[in-house]
Amino acid sequence: MATLEIRDLHVTVEADNATKEILKGVDLTVKQGETHAIMGPNGSGKSTLAYSLAGHPKYTITGGTVTLDGEDVLEMSVDERARAGLFLAMQYPVEVPGVSVSNFLRTSATAVRGEAPKLRHWVKEVRETMERLNMDPSFAERNVNEGFSGGEKKRHEILQLELLKPKIAILDETDSGLDVDALRVVSEGVNRVRETGEVGTLLITHYTRILRYIKPDHVHVFAGGRIAESGGAELADKLEAEGYEAYTKGGASE
Amino acid sequence: MAEAQNIPVGSTTAGQIAVAAESTVATRMSAPASFDVADFPVPHGREEEWRFTPLERLRGLHDGTAAATGDGVKVDIDAPEGVVVETVGRDDARIGRAGAPVDRVAAQAYSAFEKAGVLTVPKETVLTEPIRIAVHGEGGTAYAHQVVELGAFAEAVVVIDHTGDAVLAANVDYVLGDGAKLTVVSVQDWDDKAVHVGQHNALVGRDATFKSFVVTFGGDLVRLHPRVAYAGPGGEAELFGLYFTDQGQHQEHRLLVDHNIPHCKSNVVYKGALQGDDAHAVWIGDVLIEAAAEGTDTYEMNRNLVLTDGARVDSVPNLEIETGEIVGAGHASATGRFDDEQLFYLMARGIPEIDARRLVVRGFFAELVQQIGVADIEERLIAKIEEELEASVG
Ligand SMILES: Nc1ncnc2c1ncn2[C@@H]1O[C@H](COP(=O)(O)OP(=O)(O)OP(=O)(O)O)[C@@H](O)[C@H]1O
Ligand SMILES: [Mg+2]
Repeated sequence: MATLEIRDLHVTVEADNATKEILKGVDLTVKQGETHAIMGPNGSGKSTLAYSLAGHPKYTITGGTVTLDGEDVLEMSVDERARAGLFLAMQYPVEVPGVSVSNFLRTSATAVRGEAPKLRHWVKEVRETMERLNMDPSFAERNVNEGFSGGEKKRHEILQLELLKPKIAILDETDSGLDVDALRVVSEGVNRVRETGEVGTLLITHYTRILRYIKPDHVHVFAGGRIAESGGAELADKLEAEGYEAYTKGGASE
Repeated sequence: MAEAQNIPVGSTTAGQIAVAAESTVATRMSAPASFDVADFPVPHGREEEWRFTPLERLRGLHDGTAAATGDGVKVDIDAPEGVVVETVGRDDARIGRAGAPVDRVAAQAYSAFEKAGVLTVPKETVLTEPIRIAVHGEGGTAYAHQVVELGAFAEAVVVIDHTGDAVLAANVDYVLGDGAKLTVVSVQDWDDKAVHVGQHNALVGRDATFKSFVVTFGGDLVRLHPRVAYAGPGGEAELFGLYFTDQGQHQEHRLLVDHNIPHCKSNVVYKGALQGDDAHAVWIGDVLIEAAAEGTDTYEMNRNLVLTDGARVDSVPNLEIETGEIVGAGHASATGRFDDEQLFYLMARGIPEIDARRLVVRGFFAELVQQIGVADIEERLIAKIEEELEASVG
């Protein structure tokens, strides 16, 4: 069973010629089949955690370990991590001019699966997955994320999640900016992947409304660059009612 | 509406991409067009038409010090049946009909060539195979002139393929009779040290169609002036260009479409990718709609993709309109970077870095490459693009 283990992770960024520590000792274990929700105030370091796991070059790991099934993730390049089974649905998906969605998806699936998917099956798989996500077929011919609305970008992220079938999926605010219908459609996409039992999900969110569709096994409060408290689904309700004040006192984050 | 209007549009600016200030077609040239090199002062580099060009790398083409040598270029012409291939003296009346030199180097080429090539496709002759002109640099300095003439309703594809190493100043005239259709592919696949400067003049006859692909990969310095004017109404010109500017290369394309006749069309699309320190691409797109040119329909676009830091693009689209009675006129210029975020996004989906770059650059050029319609050239271009990318990542 695939397991992602994060131990005492410390991460810094360079900003204005100064080194700033953002993650200050994160401990977290995510197993295949589990769903973890991470909630926390703006600026507490949630996206930093997500990007650091994916290997974004802007973030420097200064301490700790990350392993996937015992393999050192931090040693891997960005593309190796993805091929090892890590997937990050980004909070702000990037526009890539000149590259069509269909070409992008196929190149990506070929890389992750280790061989080019059979064309006929592939076309059908993409079409059906897009249909279920209420994405118009014309998106396949558009350039990656170019001119997509916020909601369309998020659907496109989930489309990739469904096609790439990772071992560990990190969803960074996939619910932000979605209207109620889109939220349902996107959540259903995530649930289809979860139902296979083959993915461990790390769901970063500000709102409990998505947790009505995607039921977490664990909820973690993220504050000041680390996990401040962990609990079951009931913790989310408490956060919704009381906010993060209890965790941010003392100015641990903005 | 007789007053000239100048509508400048800059390209987007990011990182080290510079956008040049605008100026009008009329003020751009420091001397009127002329066939005589003596009519042009030796440029000092601050003139509008020379300010982007590193004169010291022209190897004397601009100041009269570059003497022709015996081992300049070797020209091989492979023409299908029906084409008349001639080599003629300077006084042949067919030379220079499509337009006069507009700068000192073009005039130098015109004043210095000894024999000109003339290719004629007689009227109503429709070729099914391309005419191929292989220009191979042998390491020396050369001045040359080539004329391609299509009679009324003739149809032809001409491929001019530049390879090897040379210092070459050469002009080409394309003269299209009424209803003729000419596609020209000029490939600049020079070795690293080559210098190539030239003016390509097209004179498009009534209801004729001129389509040109200018493809520039190689050379230390390449500076081309593709120019179009019309000889009768109903003419159409499509000017496409691709360049891949590498470390240290200077590649400059300066276009002019002169809508001097009513009811003609033009469409200009040039795309360039740049990578490496001091890669410098210059694109000047002048479209002039003269007062008489009612019913003109024109669009021009330049897009650049900057793959690494240290590369520089100067992109200046410029549309000058002297009549309001037109169908349409538009222009656009955009310079984008293939940046670390895009690379991260693609790699985060399992795509290795080299494939990510390939995906982006191929996608960027695809729409142009596919339109060339000469299979071996299309394949070679794609292979060339791959090669350049491998070199940059490897
Ligand atoms: N590339 C960067 N350069 C400079 N500072 C950064 C960078 N990335 C993150 N930070 C800083 O690190 C802190 C944490 O940011 P991060 O985006 O991880 O927060 P977050 O918890 O995801 O917030 P939100 O809920 O608003 O998405 C912030 O103060 C942010 O400004
Ligand atoms: Mg965030």
